[in-house]
Amino acid sequence: MATEVKEIITKERMIALFEKHRKEIFKNDPEPVSRLRQRAFDSFAELGFPNNRMEEWRNTDLKEWLGKTYDYHFRPLPGMDALKIFRCNIPHLDTAIIGQINGWYVSKDVPLIRLGNGMILGSLAQAFKEYPEIIGLHYGKYTGIGKNGLTDLNTAFAQDGIFIYVPDNVHSPKPIQLINVIQHDENIFLQSRNLILLGKNARLSLVHCDDSYNHQASFSNIVTEVHLDEGAFLDHYKLQNLNNNSTLISNTEFQLEKDAELVSNFITLNGGMLRNNTSVLFNGPHGTANIYGLYLMDRKQHIDNHVYVDHASPDCTSVESFKGIMDESSTGVFNGHVFVRKDAQKTNATQSNRNILLTDTAKIYSKPFLEIYADDVKCGHGSTTGQLDTESMFYLMQRGIGPESARMLLMFAFANEIVGKISIPELRFRIEDMVKKRLQGELQICEQCVLHCSTPEHPMEFDIDMSKV
Amino acid sequence: MLLTIKNLHASINGKEILRGINLEVKKGEVHAIMGPNGTGKSTLASVIAGREVFEVTEGEITYKGKNLLKLPIEDRAREGIFIGFQYPVEIPGVSITNFMRTAVNEIRKYKGLDPIPAVEFLKLMEENKRLVEIQSNLTNRSVNEGFSGGEKKKNEIFQMAMLEPTLAILDETDSGLDIDALRIVANGVNKLRTKENAFVIITHYQRLLDYIVPDFVHVLFEGRIVKSGNKELALELEEKGYDWIKKEFE
Repeated sequence: MATEVKEIITKERMIALFEKHRKEIFKNDPEPVSRLRQRAFDSFAELGFPNNRMEEWRNTDLKEWLGKTYDYHFRPLPGMDALKIFRCNIPHLDTAIIGQINGWYVSKDVPLIRLGNGMILGSLAQAFKEYPEIIGLHYGKYTGIGKNGLTDLNTAFAQDGIFIYVPDNVHSPKPIQLINVIQHDENIFLQSRNLILLGKNARLSLVHCDDSYNHQASFSNIVTEVHLDEGAFLDHYKLQNLNNNSTLISNTEFQLEKDAELVSNFITLNGGMLRNNTSVLFNGPHGTANIYGLYLMDRKQHIDNHVYVDHASPDCTSVESFKGIMDESSTGVFNGHVFVRKDAQKTNATQSNRNILLTDTAKIYSKPFLEIYADDVKCGHGSTTGQLDTESMFYLMQRGIGPESARMLLMFAFANEIVGKISIPELRFRIEDMVKKRLQGELQICEQCVLHCSTPEHPMEFDIDMSKV
Repeated sequence: MLLTIKNLHASINGKEILRGINLEVKKGEVHAIMGPNGTGKSTLASVIAGREVFEVTEGEITYKGKNLLKLPIEDRAREGIFIGFQYPVEIPGVSITNFMRTAVNEIRKYKGLDPIPAVEFLKLMEENKRLVEIQSNLTNRSVNEGFSGGEKKKNEIFQMAMLEPTLAILDETDSGLDIDALRIVANGVNKLRTKENAFVIITHYQRLLDYIVPDFVHVLFEGRIVKSGNKELALELEEKGYDWIKKEFE
């Protein structure tokens, strides 16, 4: 039996689970992955789960969320209507869709697709088997071991996820949309792992969505490693629209070689407890990383964006711009840490976090932080938190716009600075629409479709192996 | 009578600014309100608009037969009151097009009308842009963001043209304008004048009144209208300054 049912998550439970299912967990591993797993497990056994006595977790308390009972699966679940889940897409956006259900890759024909241009897309578990040499070079290298307990836990347990490989000089002809849907009739704890590799001068647009199918509680501990080789360009979007009982820990580790360029946009529309740990390492000169974020929270939702940028090489530019609108009793954390090493001269780094608090009970803990050891750098940071501007409200209302619409216009304008950075027009329109719906309280967790299109204009053809799921 | 103000007293933070204003405005009229700085001209516009920081302590305002002071800000606007602001606020992220479409449609909704069809709206935008000679790409930009002083004032007149108010109060629209912009603003107002609407032009200088000829000129001093007359009064003020009024009423 590869399913463990209904227990709260504790260090002891995870240790016991690992020992009990060792055979299943290690099943597809090439040798380097096995070794890594064991080391990560040992590290987790020492570190355990983070708690809010740790500086990095001071304002985000996992206790309540770990304290629910969850099922844990070591194999994909049967009987899900995957075809229905992935039925629709973003109107007019021509993407290649890769689907995940509860972190497991789903496909109809082959678990790993090889395109004519050399790109490889599909299941990480399959890549373990088919491409051990690529895996050996990259897997686990960007997360490391011992940095934090949750990442180690993922490295120890993760069995599947998405593998994307874009060879040198290949430009992906269309954006790739990676959709992870959580769908289970019971509470579920899942840990998936993604590895995204861009070769020299490769280009890719990647839209990465986390969605829920129902209102069941879930705890996702997801790690994504991304490597951009020299001159590579990645346009990366992370869309989070989960139900209010969802906990999502999303660790994304980017490593950029010389001349590589990253644009990443984290858009959080809904969820219970969300933590995005994003780190960028400039491993060569002349790299660029623009990290944007937008979060719209209400009820008792909690959002935490930790962004760490390591300027380990000279002549690199990083921009962090995160904006949030906090309603009701929601809470938020922004923690930006730019680390400029001694030899990273001519670094250009800016950090900004701006928040609107709509109520007296909403809270935000904002901490932009620069740590600089080089002397020839340009760095700046700023943080503002306030209410909607009363002068602007008055101006709009004097033109006949009612207070609700005026609020909406101003909130949307605030949010749209981030949405406006989306360079794929079809995606931008879709996100604009979702943000509008979210601000109007109309955005539901889609029961049919991950991207919330009630009337898909093109029926989606998605290859799913029904015998596998 | 379109607007009747009777014995209006208003204060801010306990300090009385308006001390018994009386004013009547009929449709088809243009009134100029002049006076030295700090005598309550902008406060009068703010109180008519419904700005909440001002407290009306006495008196009444009747507009189209309704008690104006009971109406919320947006309903006053929907009933046709427009304020051309002295310092229009910048609103990053809200495009003029989106702003105007929202405003036009909310006003139409209030009147029980359907939203304006897109084609008709765009046509209206184009016409009014021409009226105030603003560059066509301006309307894709955020409201007033990065606009020059002249552009902001032209944008106010543009919005006025879009919303077709019954009573437009222009608060020192001429301040900070060069002669070309002044001509454009005045020209916009003159083209919009009809028998069915009225304008109240608040100004410090007589200059604008060379272009927009008022039917009545009022002098506001220390919270009261102390003198009313025709356009000759404006010329007299221009010539003599405000000192003689100060001497007379202090």
